[in-house]
Amino acid sequence: MSRVGFLRLLVVGGFVLAIELLCRTGAVSPRVLIAPSDMAVRLVRLLASGKATADIVETLGNVAIALVLSVSGGFAIGAAIHAVPRLRRAIDPFLASYYALPFFAFYPLFIVLFGLGRGAIVAIGFLFGVVAMIIATLNGFDRIPRVLVRTAAVYHMGPFAAALRIKLPSAIPYLFTGIKLAIAYCFIGVIAAEFIMASSGLGYSISYAFNNFDNGTMYALMLFVIVLVTIVNALFYSYERRLLRRWGR
Amino acid sequence: MKRAFDTALLVIAGLVAWELMHLAAPFALTSPADTAVKAWSMLTSTAFWPHAAETGKAFLYALLLAIGGGLAIGLGLGLNRTSAEVAEPILISVYSLPKVTLYPLILLIFGLGVPAKIAFGTLHGVIPIAIFAMNAVRNLAPVHFKTARVLRLSRSQTLLTVVIPGALPEIVSGLRIGFSLTLLGVLIGEMFASQRGLGFLIMNAIGLHDVPTIMATIVLLGIVAVSASAFMLWLDHRLHHRAA
Repeated sequence: MSRVGFLRLLVVGGFVLAIELLCRTGAVSPRVLIAPSDMAVRLVRLLASGKATADIVETLGNVAIALVLSVSGGFAIGAAIHAVPRLRRAIDPFLASYYALPFFAFYPLFIVLFGLGRGAIVAIGFLFGVVAMIIATLNGFDRIPRVLVRTAAVYHMGPFAAALRIKLPSAIPYLFTGIKLAIAYCFIGVIAAEFIMASSGLGYSISYAFNNFDNGTMYALMLFVIVLVTIVNALFYSYERRLLRRWGR
Repeated sequence: MKRAFDTALLVIAGLVAWELMHLAAPFALTSPADTAVKAWSMLTSTAFWPHAAETGKAFLYALLLAIGGGLAIGLGLGLNRTSAEVAEPILISVYSLPKVTLYPLILLIFGLGVPAKIAFGTLHGVIPIAIFAMNAVRNLAPVHFKTARVLRLSRSQTLLTVVIPGALPEIVSGLRIGFSLTLLGVLIGEMFASQRGLGFLIMNAIGLHDVPTIMATIVLLGIVAVSASAFMLWLDHRLHHRAA
């Protein structure tokens, strides 16, 4: 392992160990935080009991649907906006301040549109993820070498063929940034929506456990979410690096 | 001028789309005109301002803490190559965590009330500011540092006269994202567990199915957020331009 990787492991390990010590020595009350080792044990037990399986499957399904929709939708919308420079200039400040809006408040609207159930949750995840992807697509398209755009013109490619066969591959590094952000935002949107207003799913289970003073279950599920998101990010990160290296960038 | 005209066109198109959606589902969505009337009556009522002040206060403290903490972390880690390399993946994975899951922990530490909201908002805002500041310092041209050494500047002089001005454009980009996320954090905190503030107002209105209040609150928040963000975007462009 490289020196940097070792140091990184040391920092994370030291942090977990410090929390463990604080909890085990009683400096932090178990009513506030339980020891990380205890969280892991409870998580294994919870997973083995199968009580959380339905919620996990539901949340992951919601995130997956929201992610696919926001990545494909974000690319299509981004490409369309980029094709109309006037629209693009006008819409830029709105895109830039988009994440300051509290979309959760639109939940009642989504319930009317999509009915109770996963539709409304997926819609919030989508709204969170899609704009990161639109912004990344615009950034990527901005940096396409002009010679490639001219090549597309020389070959008489239509706008769709040019977008898919020239612009998409050329903008890939920026699109990856967008996908990474979309993964993070879809998780955040779905889990936050479940947390605040759903009646099933991982986010709901955490808030339910919190309201019932069930710290064991709550911290086990929190650990699950944190580990899951970290693993998904790490996998995607290493996939991206391998792909970019193969393409010699 | 043409640009302002295009923006105006876009706003009008948005309002028309909103009105059409209202006509399609009148119970789910208030019309733009009704929302404006409701927003005005909220602004002139006395019941609204304590909530706005509560949210504003929590947001202001959270933002100050996020900026101070984020700059300290980012500049501190960025000045040393090893620490920056060690910290970057950690910071990025913390950034992409759904921090709502950590809200119960914060409530258990701080209890219900303003401190928990401030802590939650800070938690959202501090990481992006730190990431941007760190990368800005890392990407400074080495010749700047060499010049500082040649001129025998002390550490604090280097920081104030070389590092911060050089990294300023990126820092402002980070502040813009940090601003949005801090506001989001404070509002989510209020929506989940609070008896005051705009987030509570929205949650309460959702419970009562009081659509006009929901819409009016979102629109007011949106106007504040978008104008603050537009101002920072303008600053951002200016600073990046100057640097180029």
